[in-house]
Amino acid sequence: MAVDTQEAARQAMGGIGVSLARKEDARFIHGQGHYVDDVVLPGMLHMAIVRSPHAHARIRSIDTSAASAVPGVIAVVTGELLAQHKLAWMPTLSGDTQAVLATDKVRFQGQEVACVIAETKYIAEDAAALVSVDYEPLQAVTTPQQAIAPGAPVIRDEKEGQTDNKIYHWEAGDKDATDAAFARAAKVVSLSTFYPRCHPSPLETCGCVADVDPVTGNATIYMTSQAPHAHRTLFAIVAGLPEEKIRIISPDLGGGFGNKVPIYPGYVVATAASLLIGRPVKWIEDRTENLISTGFARDYHMDGEVAIDADGKFIGLRVHLLSDNGAFFADAQPTRFKAGLFHIVTGSYDIPAAHIVADGAYTNKAPGGVAYRCSFRVTEASYFIERLVESAAVETGVDPVAIRLKNFIQPEAFPYQSASGFEYDSGDYPRAMQVALDKLGYQELRKEQAEKRARGELMGIGVASFTEVVGAGKGKEYDIAGLRMFDSAELRIHPTGKGILKLGVKSQGQGHETTFAQIVAEELGIPASDIEVREGDTDNTPYGLGTYASRSTPVGGAATAMVSRKLRDKGKLIAAHLFEADVADIEFDHGKYFVKGSPDNVKTIQDIAFAAYTNLPDGLEAGLEGVTYYDPPNMTFPFGTYLVVVDIDKGTGQVKVRRMVAVDDCGVRINPMIVEGQICGGLTEGFGIAFMELITFDDEGNCIGSNFMDYLIPTAWETPRFELGETVTPSPHHPIGAKGVGESATVGSPAAYVNAVIDALAHLGITNIDMPVTSDKVWAALRSKGVTE
Amino acid sequence: MFPAAFDYMAPATLEEALGALHQHGDDAKVLAGGQSLIPLLKLRFATPVVLVDIGRIGRLEGIRRENGHVRIGARTRHRDVESAADLRGALDVLLDAAPLISDPLIRNMGTVGGSICHADPAGDWGAVMLAVGAEFVVRSSSGERVLPAAGFFEGPFTTGLHADEVMTEIRVPITPGRSGGTYLKLERKIGDFASVAAAVHVVLGGDGRVAAAGIGLCAVGAQSIKATAAEAALVGQTPSDDVIAEVSRLAAGAAEPKADIRGSADYKRDVARVFVQRGLHTAINRAQGATA
Amino acid sequence: MKITLEINGTEKSVEAEPRTLLVDFIRTKLGMTGTHIGCDTSNCGACTVLLDGRPVKSCTLLAAQAEGRKVTTVEGLATGGKLHAIQEGFHAEHGLQCGFCTPGMMLVGAALIESNPHPTEDEIRWAISGNICRCTGYMNIVKAIHHAAEATATQNTAGVA
Repeated sequence: MAVDTQEAARQAMGGIGVSLARKEDARFIHGQGHYVDDVVLPGMLHMAIVRSPHAHARIRSIDTSAASAVPGVIAVVTGELLAQHKLAWMPTLSGDTQAVLATDKVRFQGQEVACVIAETKYIAEDAAALVSVDYEPLQAVTTPQQAIAPGAPVIRDEKEGQTDNKIYHWEAGDKDATDAAFARAAKVVSLSTFYPRCHPSPLETCGCVADVDPVTGNATIYMTSQAPHAHRTLFAIVAGLPEEKIRIISPDLGGGFGNKVPIYPGYVVATAASLLIGRPVKWIEDRTENLISTGFARDYHMDGEVAIDADGKFIGLRVHLLSDNGAFFADAQPTRFKAGLFHIVTGSYDIPAAHIVADGAYTNKAPGGVAYRCSFRVTEASYFIERLVESAAVETGVDPVAIRLKNFIQPEAFPYQSASGFEYDSGDYPRAMQVALDKLGYQELRKEQAEKRARGELMGIGVASFTEVVGAGKGKEYDIAGLRMFDSAELRIHPTGKGILKLGVKSQGQGHETTFAQIVAEELGIPASDIEVREGDTDNTPYGLGTYASRSTPVGGAATAMVSRKLRDKGKLIAAHLFEADVADIEFDHGKYFVKGSPDNVKTIQDIAFAAYTNLPDGLEAGLEGVTYYDPPNMTFPFGTYLVVVDIDKGTGQVKVRRMVAVDDCGVRINPMIVEGQICGGLTEGFGIAFMELITFDDEGNCIGSNFMDYLIPTAWETPRFELGETVTPSPHHPIGAKGVGESATVGSPAAYVNAVIDALAHLGITNIDMPVTSDKVWAALRSKGVTE
Repeated sequence: MFPAAFDYMAPATLEEALGALHQHGDDAKVLAGGQSLIPLLKLRFATPVVLVDIGRIGRLEGIRRENGHVRIGARTRHRDVESAADLRGALDVLLDAAPLISDPLIRNMGTVGGSICHADPAGDWGAVMLAVGAEFVVRSSSGERVLPAAGFFEGPFTTGLHADEVMTEIRVPITPGRSGGTYLKLERKIGDFASVAAAVHVVLGGDGRVAAAGIGLCAVGAQSIKATAAEAALVGQTPSDDVIAEVSRLAAGAAEPKADIRGSADYKRDVARVFVQRGLHTAINRAQGATA
Repeated sequence: MKITLEINGTEKSVEAEPRTLLVDFIRTKLGMTGTHIGCDTSNCGACTVLLDGRPVKSCTLLAAQAEGRKVTTVEGLATGGKLHAIQEGFHAEHGLQCGFCTPGMMLVGAALIESNPHPTEDEIRWAISGNICRCTGYMNIVKAIHHAAEATATQNTAGVA
């Protein structure tokens, strides 16, 4: 009985574990979402960008006269003009420089060359078409292999000391221990695979409205930003504007997925233009611009091998990766790690020795690489290890589930020190695997597969058991452009017992206005409906590093729990005063304060909030508010097992996903409905990446996949119907036991989909098909083995 | 992403529209549903001086049967063919193709005639019209012509339509006998153009032999292709598995696909073969199940 | 040229260039920003509105083509402060995350239920196959439309009884 009423109370309160309907829905379902392109300011101008049609070319001259003459055009900005203000180049988040507007050369197709600012966007585009650029095309470098080969044209010839196209060389793990493991291995299985370039492609493209007031010097920049505070600081540094005069407002965002973390030239030029002209300037890119020039994802060539002992246990892992970073090294990732968190590549397995070597190269393509729900390159690592384990299963003749069960890090081993330097906080991989197998009906499907195979029909079951790492991160190890990766929460409770929570993170659809209120509800006993959550306005929120890499719950959520506890504790002082008792005798339970032993004589949190302004003990400051800047002690390690069943049409090579079971463990789930929504979104992105999404280039560096006719995003018709399951293994170090989850499904699912296809074809001797696994590739693989309809 | 400026007119009568086309020649473009033209205008691949919107003109839409033909007004929306259930049995291939054109939103605006005149080599209606032996009624200010589908598609985005002509109607003959057909399309996702597609339409005689056959292919050549040799090999035959297999091979031989991101030429040719094979099996089964 | 159309039940007459796309007419000339722009090749459906009750892509129509016709945008779904069943469905079933595709999805859903009061899952997925969502993976959008269909059918049955 007591448990039921407790549960009813929790539901009513909207505490942790409640699938509370979202508080932020109202404006969106009324079409009153406030996105950057919805911002209209008096006197606002519109900016269009002139972009390079060439992947690599010298700029001989730019003629803006025809464009400037178009009625309604206010200004045409070129790199030359920016250079006069030392703005033609800007620093990137990875310690490199990036052209704002090209001066000497263009280095990728779609690179920004000039900007037209006009009264309307139609006029701006008309005039942009009239800007005439005289190019001298140069040989384009279109692969990283080409880039690092001797004699390749040097792309970054403007960089002092840069004599080739190499960016970095980075290593992790222990080479000697790994070599020793391979020396004693009974079997070595290797895999060479390419994770192609794809793109986060949020449905809302990037853009800004820059409004620099000519009288006050105040710069208000509405911006599609996943990290408004970091952007403000970087703007101050890059544009030389005083930081206290910059206000970044990131309003409603139509998705982010990492695409809205970098600072793009459009933002810089719009701001500079507003400063120079004295009117607000709006820049909203179109989809082609988004795909051709903004932060792409992946483009990783990975070769590696696993050493296996006579018992079938993995004893060593080697991976070499060659990263295509495009023309500027602009990865948004913690500065210490050139390959992000790729060294999580030992994954869910107890591999005692590992060595990772990473090389990065410049190419004549758009800059980026860290994006698209990648958790800082964990997508690449997870894909590689799960594909390699599939190869190991095939080559050793062991079932892919069995080989995983044999090599999983066991539940007793946590916290687990991985060979590449991570301390995994908690996990129970065999349990997640079992839940998934039961949900799928694995054994029956293997029987069906055997029967079908005997008839020449192609059916496959793919397995992936990922562990990923999120929640960056401890300040000593994790910083972006020097800014430590703490995050913050500021909570103020008003006299009437309602409150406002301000955060340093920034939702792009993840439901923070609901889930973070739920944390406060759980900790303080104030209903979630009474807590207003604010994010995105740097004038009105505490400093944070933003939302990407699934860090909001691990870091921002922790900060929210901790600040709630601060207020809870101050409440105890007030309660002691009201009860005329000793503060040591005050107890607190879900919004109720009482003296030890007298649980029925209660002061509610609302009573305490009122008293905080009306009836305080001597010496105690008024108010009930606080701010916490949380430095996480460790990352969190969500995990799961995904199982995919596919049927393949021999005549066309088409792959149909028959079933997709996803069991996720992200520790304590604040709002199970929202968690499941995140997972379904990620499983769909993984599906798109596995089967259809691709940005590629021809030999001249022309980008293929720069619009939605060619960059294919799955519709509801192709997308599988997901079957979700869960296990809950709390994080021992997180205040509410929660881990991140936003990216898990995009991290873990591509390998599951691809492994299913390989499983369907392995008996024919087909061991790898690189993504996207399109029907023509499957057909070609079948044909190469003499299989046809 | 927005069109360049143009002059615009939306005449109430066909005569006015034809007069404008006669006057402006290549400077004018006809706007029907706009689902092919407006994307081109937005990319500025087309920059007409005058846009002649034929959306207000009466009696250009509708599907009716008359004198052994199905007559489709040129401005009939794709979705209206999709929901013309009474075409089932007589012209299965139309009913199977319509829902596969682009996506549901495009189908609500895009027109059959507009799509045919646009003549994208991967456009679905081209293959279908070749398979059913359609005729196109086109008018200009100097009169009317009736153009058979065979030979209408001359090259990429190039047809026998003159710059001053408007297509007013598509006429599809209903051949007496038991008919069956279907449309198979390989697309990478809904809304994509075909990578390979095949339209098949057969009529069986009382003796069970094939009395008439139409096989159209799209996306595997510079324009939609009528597989005439394959058709000829099928007519008069009893449609056995072997015959169908051979006809499919001949049809694939008529394809001239280009290798691109969707696949190699060999791939596309072989899928054409597989589709014609599967399509003929379906078409024959349907025809055999039909009442005369 | 002057373009006159009925939007959400109200007639509006505004001066605009012939080349003005309907989506820009709605967003810029009429100041209604619930209809969104997500691509430039007519593939994403974020711009979906109803034209005489049928879902169309407003980025692939000239405003002039809507002359004299009825346009319904997301702002026209709720009537007299009361939410449309489709809006309730999306809220109840967590059918939205970032909200950018939502107006288009809801309009397609509302139109579907009008013509097909008991759509199957396949029919729902087919109807929204012209609308891209990046956030939800479509599962809850399907549930939302189904929810709205059930609620509408119940209401209609109750009305009849």
